[in-house]
Amino acid sequence: MEFFVQLLVNGISIGFLYGLAAMGFVMIFKSSSVLNFAHGELLAAGAFIFLTLVTWAKIPVFVAFLVTLAGSFLLGFIVERLFLRPLIGEPLIYVIMLTVGLASIFKGLMLLVWGGNLYIYPDFLPSTISLQWGNINIPPVYVVAIIIGLFFLTLFGLFFKYSSQGIYMRSVADNQTASLSLGVNVRRVFALSWAIAALVAGMSGIVLGIINGINVHDLSSVGLKVFPVVILGGLDSIGGAILGGLIIGLLETFTGGYLSPSLRDVIPYIALVFILMVKPYGLFGLVEIERV
Amino acid sequence: MRKLQFHPCGNYSETYEKEITLFETDFGRAAVLIGLIVLFAVVPFITGPYALYVVNIIGITSIAAIGLNILVGFTGQISLGHGAFVGVGAYAGAIMATTLSLPFWIAVPAAGLVTALVGMVFGVPSLRLKGLYLTIATLAGQFIIEYILVHWEGLTRGTMGIVLPSASLFGIVIEGDRSFFFVIFTALIIMTLAAANIMRTRYGRAFIAIRDNDRAAEGMGIPIFRYKLLAFAVSSFYAGFAGALLAYYMISISTEPFNLGLSVEYLAMIIIGGMGSIAGSIFGATFITVLNEVLRWLTDFLMNSGMLEGMQLNMAPLRELVFGAAIVLFILFEPRGLAEVWRIVRSSFRLWPFSY
Repeated sequence: MEFFVQLLVNGISIGFLYGLAAMGFVMIFKSSSVLNFAHGELLAAGAFIFLTLVTWAKIPVFVAFLVTLAGSFLLGFIVERLFLRPLIGEPLIYVIMLTVGLASIFKGLMLLVWGGNLYIYPDFLPSTISLQWGNINIPPVYVVAIIIGLFFLTLFGLFFKYSSQGIYMRSVADNQTASLSLGVNVRRVFALSWAIAALVAGMSGIVLGIINGINVHDLSSVGLKVFPVVILGGLDSIGGAILGGLIIGLLETFTGGYLSPSLRDVIPYIALVFILMVKPYGLFGLVEIERV
Repeated sequence: MRKLQFHPCGNYSETYEKEITLFETDFGRAAVLIGLIVLFAVVPFITGPYALYVVNIIGITSIAAIGLNILVGFTGQISLGHGAFVGVGAYAGAIMATTLSLPFWIAVPAAGLVTALVGMVFGVPSLRLKGLYLTIATLAGQFIIEYILVHWEGLTRGTMGIVLPSASLFGIVIEGDRSFFFVIFTALIIMTLAAANIMRTRYGRAFIAIRDNDRAAEGMGIPIFRYKLLAFAVSSFYAGFAGALLAYYMISISTEPFNLGLSVEYLAMIIIGGMGSIAGSIFGATFITVLNEVLRWLTDFLMNSGMLEGMQLNMAPLRELVFGAAIVLFILFEPRGLAEVWRIVRSSFRLWPFSY
């Protein structure tokens, strides 16, 4: 029973992280319908910028956190401006392959600068914010992850519902041509969504880095884990991303705990195939009715 | 004797046969023939063992790249699992050669057929999915196949790998790079001709119709699902055939090379070579293989020259960087790939003094 509860808690915590990572991915898809294969690399970039600021430049943690967020925001903006904008209106495969190529470039650059080693952040989270019930312990990072996740979920919910930029984003996602003709600045919407997505990615990268240590390969493979999560939740649903993350996280930890540890990494993809067969638009995705 | 045909300065096709002919002119046919003679009579005898090895790898990779181009470039179904299919072919070939001890000439096409079946299984999601969703399904396929290859130890011997017996064809044992050269390139030519001819039949035209507009294709009476499955099967057959050849050529195989990176590499080949072009697949395979070898050579050179003493430079980051840059630059500046470059060069020669 205790094992079960501990797995449950671990699953929920990991799931929240997946959800957090998936949120940025959904941001991009929601406004520009681009599958971003470089998302894991954006996560890693955030984690490494924070690492450099904290350990090498020795900037106070909170300032470093803000600088990292600003840096990630800028990175997303630049990526959109330089690489994605020329491809507006091009066939799908070019856009997908471009993000694959970008992933490769980022990965190569990060490996050149930081190498393939495992780094860890200095311990800065106060242990007072960890939660404890009997023998079940939730470390402080997970608490921070859950707080950040809930905070951004609410923030994005409000953003998409009430702010004009959010409404522009939804309109662009819905129909690019129509929103162009109504005077929406589609390019700015794309740039903004990439910038925000990179920001969220950078933040999730930091949280993941605190938990698992910072390694280029590990962090960029999280970018691929995002796919089962977003497919389960629905490609264009932010809340779905969190819920999908939770389900995939639980599935992973329970498979690892009860069935076999080696199956753990592949079970999300097996689930992914089943979801695609049964409910291709996910739990909360927008159903495009089209029968061909 | 009929009149020799040269390039006309325009499109004067009057019949459909003329439109879909493989060689527009006798000049083109002659050039290809001369090229083939040079390939078979000169290349294997003037190259050293290393160069011949690279040429052979190019040949095998080209077969798999043509397969992927049939699926992605002609049918428009993006697959991120091609590397895994090559792996399935390699393992199918290896298992047939060792456990079932089938001869080389049966094992390789049979491996292709097995892979075609596996490919069809992963093509089934295309019944309901298209575009992005199908791409994600093939991504899942890549991971699932990789897992099965590593963990079904009774069949694949897991991470141990399999060592193959030497291949023999018509009683002649094929050993060494030179004899493999002839086998690989004969296979490549047959597979290239087959692909070019598939694209001239109703099947090929149906593939292209599905790529260009699937709704219109359905409206014209093309059973889309059946043709998509067929495209998956043909594409996987090519992958499996190439995989089995690779297994025989490499003598021993393990699961490592057949990862997502390989799938991405194949996609990069057809993008750099040119999507929807069979010659483009070969250009792309050549480009990527040579790029890999140049990078390996360059890294060795930099390591040995001692210029980078103390820096932990190794193959991986440089390769990732250049590789990604090649993909991105081609997509941004020449999305139709090397095949388009080749066409421009050719037509500027053809139109030479009066290019306008």
